[in-house]
Amino acid sequence: MEELNLFVKSIFVDNMIFAYFLGMCSFLAVSKNVKTALGLGVAVTFMLVVTIPLNYLLDKYVLQPGAMRWLSPALGGVDLSFLGLIMFIAVIASATQLVEMAVEKFSPSLYNALGIFLPLIAVNCAILGCALFMQQKDFGSVWTATVYGAGSGIGWLLAIVGLAAIREKLAYSNVPKPLRGIGITFIITGLMGIAFMSFLGIKLG
Amino acid sequence: MLLSKKNKEVLFNPFSKDNPVLVQILGICSTLAVTVNLEPAIVMGISVTAVLAFSNVIISLIRNTIPTTIRIIVQLVVVAALVIIVQQFLVAYDYDVSKQLSVFIGLIITNCILMGRLEAFAMSNKPWPAFLDGIGNGLGYAIILVIVAFFRELLGSGTILGYQVIPQWCYDHGYMNNGLMILPPMALIVVACLIWVHRAHNKDLQEE
Repeated sequence: MEELNLFVKSIFVDNMIFAYFLGMCSFLAVSKNVKTALGLGVAVTFMLVVTIPLNYLLDKYVLQPGAMRWLSPALGGVDLSFLGLIMFIAVIASATQLVEMAVEKFSPSLYNALGIFLPLIAVNCAILGCALFMQQKDFGSVWTATVYGAGSGIGWLLAIVGLAAIREKLAYSNVPKPLRGIGITFIITGLMGIAFMSFLGIKLG
Repeated sequence: MLLSKKNKEVLFNPFSKDNPVLVQILGICSTLAVTVNLEPAIVMGISVTAVLAFSNVIISLIRNTIPTTIRIIVQLVVVAALVIIVQQFLVAYDYDVSKQLSVFIGLIITNCILMGRLEAFAMSNKPWPAFLDGIGNGLGYAIILVIVAFFRELLGSGTILGYQVIPQWCYDHGYMNNGLMILPPMALIVVACLIWVHRAHNKDLQEE
């Protein structure tokens, strides 16, 4: 039940886009039509589900103060938490590379569908941001952390597909000239954010 | 000599004509997240400028030795190392602000301004222009951050840098702080208004 609560919360209330503005650059750049938006959304969700558990284990068993005690008692006093950033980004960059190769080998159709988006994900701040929030929230188990990663990814997916759908319809409306393109997209994202805030305070169970 | 005409352009273009936030649409995430109050916005602006300038110089110095296939990882490592220095520095000297900025200092690593400038400029230019480019783009980013934070803090909390600027009698006559300005979505709308004003003055930037 707690996991379900976390899942819903990370999709709607702590939405990566509307509450934290993470992954904004690709969110704005790749939301011109629904199909590509869906592709990127799926790729991001997938990478979050892969990297969040990896980073969780890394944080729990290597980086946290005293985390290396399981290796030998002599390492009990080692605190590597200041290396967190560089380790997380290394995990994300290499996982992206690995996943790209694996997908290319085992599912060429999915590879073609995701195409250029996979490598772009290494520098998507939603992935690193989610890892850092995961570290801050200090989850109890790797399963909870995975649920958090999946929820955040799905929230991101919903947001980008929603925005893309609105932008497709926007082609028919008469927007003031200086606001066309990126300006109006910002305003729409803001309004969607306000709408998403109505989910605040939802609690299950 | 140090500031030839070309170098001046490199330094000053990012302030308006080639602004990283308003025109290149880079580094949006942090622009929006750290602008509730002016103080963290200023700290963030300075941090990004410092990281950007030095990572530009370092990448520019080693640009001829980096194999192109792994350049992204090399760039990320250089940036991450610099960000860790900034982070530790902030924790040591300005703990409260570093708490407010929380993960966003770490997210400088994936700030697209950094990767964008490293790829577009530092990989193909000498260290000195690269340094100026870093300073210029960092400050161009910082200006937007400060403008957005100024309006959000003024309208949302009635303060500037923590000092009360809207006098008490306004509140006595029914003025209220606009709570909406503190919420994240309003940052997007403030930036949209900036883009609107900026593009109304620079007609060549308007999109069809």
